[in-house]
Amino acid sequence: MSTLAILGVISSAIFSGTSLLYTTLGETIHQRSGIVNLGLEGVLLISASSGFAVAALSGNPFLGVIVAALAGGLANMILGYLIITRRANQLASGLALMFFGFGLSALIGKPYVGIKINALPRITLPALSNLPTLYKSLFDFDILIYLVIPIAVLIWWLLFKTKWGLGLRAVGENADTAFASGRNPFLIRYQALFLGGMLAGLGAAHLSLAYTMNWSEYMTAGRGFIAVALVIFSKWHPLRAIGGALLFSGAVAFQLFLQSSGVQVSPFLLDTIPYILTLLVLLAWGGTRKHAAPASLGRVYQGGQQ
Amino acid sequence: MSLNMDTKNKLPKPVQSLLNNLLRYLLMVLVVLVLFGIILLITGKDPLQSYLDIFRSAFGSAQGFSEVLVSMTPILFTALAVALPSRLGLINVGGEGQLYMGACLATWGAITFSDQPIWLLLPLMTLLGFLGGALWAVLPGVLKAMGLVNETITTLLLNSIAPKLVAFFVFGFWHSPMDTNKTPNFVPAARLPTFFGTRVDLSLIIGLVLLGLFWFVMTKTCWGLEIRAIGGNSQAAKRSGIPLNKYWVLMLCLGGGIAGLAGMSQVSGYYGVLLVDFSRGLGFMGFLISWMSFGDPVAIVITSFVVSVIFTGGNMLQLTRGIPYAVINILLALTLFVVLAQPKFIKRKTA
Repeated sequence: MSTLAILGVISSAIFSGTSLLYTTLGETIHQRSGIVNLGLEGVLLISASSGFAVAALSGNPFLGVIVAALAGGLANMILGYLIITRRANQLASGLALMFFGFGLSALIGKPYVGIKINALPRITLPALSNLPTLYKSLFDFDILIYLVIPIAVLIWWLLFKTKWGLGLRAVGENADTAFASGRNPFLIRYQALFLGGMLAGLGAAHLSLAYTMNWSEYMTAGRGFIAVALVIFSKWHPLRAIGGALLFSGAVAFQLFLQSSGVQVSPFLLDTIPYILTLLVLLAWGGTRKHAAPASLGRVYQGGQQ
Repeated sequence: MSLNMDTKNKLPKPVQSLLNNLLRYLLMVLVVLVLFGIILLITGKDPLQSYLDIFRSAFGSAQGFSEVLVSMTPILFTALAVALPSRLGLINVGGEGQLYMGACLATWGAITFSDQPIWLLLPLMTLLGFLGGALWAVLPGVLKAMGLVNETITTLLLNSIAPKLVAFFVFGFWHSPMDTNKTPNFVPAARLPTFFGTRVDLSLIIGLVLLGLFWFVMTKTCWGLEIRAIGGNSQAAKRSGIPLNKYWVLMLCLGGGIAGLAGMSQVSGYYGVLLVDFSRGLGFMGFLISWMSFGDPVAIVITSFVVSVIFTGGNMLQLTRGIPYAVINILLALTLFVVLAQPKFIKRKTA
């Protein structure tokens, strides 16, 4: 197998993994604040369709990215209202949001099925400009790909090095204690949902505006649930999430690698690898307190009577 | 508030609370209809005509009503699959995966034993469907019993694996010569019998019987008592000698098996083939229905019925108004949102 082919596989892995990493970072923030967002699939679809629609109407993909991010944040506000303000069950509310996303995205995206858009432009790094064109074209990435690692670092810094991040993690561990120490669990969880939703929106934007460059119903194909698995796999840590997303897209790339070298392995079986690995990782930690999830993950905060 | 005052002195308390509840539900329905109506208006459709279409599609003809029952069948099973373990305090989010595995194993039976007579093949497929779903719940049950991983996470992860396994078998081994994404049509002996020329099949009866059985076991038997004891306080139940771990594994598998039956009923009754990615959230819908019904069998039937009316209406809207079928999910989700938000239009004195 030639160097070119291997580089091609890596390049395609980076392309397919980017949307996943953004989404995983978003869900990491949710879960650190104590919220399991099972509606992520719906949020992704709403963002992908609205971003695509705006990009198609305006001809400007960057406007599409901004709208997708905002749409993600806003879609999560529905979840916020249900589980934070109305204290509804998190899993049920998330699934309801998923169905909402199925419907709303189909409605938004319907006029744009099969339409071509100006995709996010590719930028060549100056350092790579001396490479032969063939190689260079493999590493012409769009702005969202270049930004994803810095954003992961930024999220890590926000969560672990700032006062806000400390407050957010405190709410995720024990909202009552956080409240007693002067923080507002309601506000912090709303903020976490908005920020996480915007990140998921960026992921969705990359999916529809740079990767597939079209819109179709259910196009996210379970990415929301992969993100939930990857958050667990990466032990609720944004930097380990980079590894998690690479692992998933690595499985996709590995599949291409096998195909090009003539080995027949079902792509469907390879698709299950990330989930099986996550299960194995969960087993390996098995109940040890050190690796446990945020302590009040999934719990509804009842305090602060209205 | 004023209503509360007016009725307080005139009517006995149960009637008053019934009236309050009725008014509350009516207002909730109104909120949903107005919200979805606004969305329809924005997209340039006539909301009143659309609602009439939905109503007519469900209640306008015997055929339409039968379609509601058809659409209700799988979610009766997937809701029971959640309700059963929930009585122990277990959260089974894995109905979707269990349904796929049930469909997968039942299809294997239909293909392998296609030369068997119907009285042998159908029970076999039912058994295999149950087994497929139950096996898919063994791992979460055992891990929970061992105290390793919480069943919510494991059932959720397994959901994503099952459709891919189905795709693996269909694309790799079972696909028909014409289409690679589905199996050949099942032989007549592998199809559930239907009633009165409609698409309503035997599995609807099985689902209702299972729900009845569930009610009976929970309220009238010693197992039901023990299950309720565990659901109430698992530690106390353990100290009084109830084998907690055994119940956990057993009930999750039983739930999984019932979700597997939903898969079997879909391939054997509704489709007559195994189609890749045939379920768009039937398992998740079961979770929502069970949750809204507090795991109560009668409420499950009523909620499933309402959800199915909406689904059937979605088909009609697609035909008459050119709205994509998926859009009906908005109406469904708005209903769920309103139920989840529990709006209090009427202030109650005792909260």
